[in-house]
Amino acid sequence: MTPDLLAASALAPVPAGLMDALQVTILVLVAAGAAVVVKTRDPVRQVVLLSFYGLLLALLFLAFQAPDVTLSELVVGAVLLPVLLLLTLTRVRRREK
Amino acid sequence: MGVFPFLVVAWILAVGLYGIVTSRHLVHLIVCLIVLQSSTYVLLLGVGYRAGAAAPYFSDIPRRTPAVDPVVQALALTDVVVEAAVTALLLALAVQAYKRFGTLDPQELVQLKG
Amino acid sequence: MKPRQRLWLFLVAVAGLTSFYLWGLVGLPGFGHYPGPYGDIINRIAVGQTNATGVVSAVNFEYRGIDTLGEEFILFAAATGVAIVLRHLRGEREHQPTEAASPDARQDSPAVRQLSLLLTGPMLVLGWNLASHAQTSPSGGFQGGVVLASSFVLIYLAGQLLTLRRLSPVDVTDAVEAAGAAGFVAIGIAGVAMGLPYLTNFLGLGTMPGAVSSSGTIALISFFVGIEVAAAFLLIVSELLDQTLLVRQETS
Repeated sequence: MTPDLLAASALAPVPAGLMDALQVTILVLVAAGAAVVVKTRDPVRQVVLLSFYGLLLALLFLAFQAPDVTLSELVVGAVLLPVLLLLTLTRVRRREK
Repeated sequence: MGVFPFLVVAWILAVGLYGIVTSRHLVHLIVCLIVLQSSTYVLLLGVGYRAGAAAPYFSDIPRRTPAVDPVVQALALTDVVVEAAVTALLLALAVQAYKRFGTLDPQELVQLKG
Repeated sequence: MKPRQRLWLFLVAVAGLTSFYLWGLVGLPGFGHYPGPYGDIINRIAVGQTNATGVVSAVNFEYRGIDTLGEEFILFAAATGVAIVLRHLRGEREHQPTEAASPDARQDSPAVRQLSLLLTGPMLVLGWNLASHAQTSPSGGFQGGVVLASSFVLIYLAGQLLTLRRLSPVDVTDAVEAAGAAGFVAIGIAGVAMGLPYLTNFLGLGTMPGAVSSSGTIALISFFVGIEVAAAFLLIVSELLDQTLLVRQETS
């Protein structure tokens, strides 16, 4: 028996109506987040908003009972992708200094 | 709740495409592509969800518990990691485009003749 | 084509795409009414057949193992592509990185540095745990690999760029990545050498479902995938980091 935090939280007995409300809320937030990320024109601000969007997506996947996908999306969306994007932006800004 | 997640998928797809079409900066375009790809993860997991079911890990629940579909979760899981690497390749191409042409505006890059 | 015209063309196209999508949506069962049958079948038989309680990892590395092999090689090709695309052009020279000399280093936040320093160790342990326990709980090669890669990124965020370069020279990272990819392929070939189909689970399945030593090749494959993913992302990050240190030769 391996106690695992993510599996336990995904399995916690929650009344069906509450889980529905949670999923609808996070879906609305994700839709709003996508629009906000696209609307922002400045790439550096967009990267910060993208990592928040990744966090929202991770919560959505957790509400959809998928802890593995949550783990991947959390690390990729909040750490790896912003680091890659910021390194690229640093590279293309060096000329303008 | 019947089709709401799938409507959100269509919304994210349309919004991401709009961002790509009207983009003036290659890195902004790549971030919009990332948003577009995230709509497919939501679609995959939405198709496999069963109301009231548990996550498909049977280490501490009895084996006959109804669980959500594990096949789409396996697809979405490898999807997330692999598309991050492909995004890195796109970023490398953007860096080379900047080094070669000096601009990152996709609408100006179209008009350059190399 | 002017931007205005492009926008109108796009709106027409996306209206068409969305209408086809909604038309296809009408035929789907509603959200939450999963019709089966494959998910139900796999959930019923996976634990009995493979002695692995993490069914998603069992699907990834056992029932759909060749698919995962293909995806892992997409990652391998993308990392190689980044290294090729970002090769040094003629006339570019690299200036030696020194920690304190660059003006950006002085604006660095000591809070970020200390937090990254504190978190590097736990992230490494967590990544190793995830990559080696695919069969028991929500873990697996891909998640463990990205957590391991991000623990190396934390070293960079702690301001220790030279340490990161010393810890991950390109040859060693290349070799580790190749070893991970080759390990996965080799496990499949070992099955063929025994006269079984490619990627058959030929190791002992263990006695108890969900123990660390059970599920045969699933745990082994997941470990190889973990180190391959970690090395690939580390390679990509180092390539992009090198780019920020390049200085184009001034034209005389």
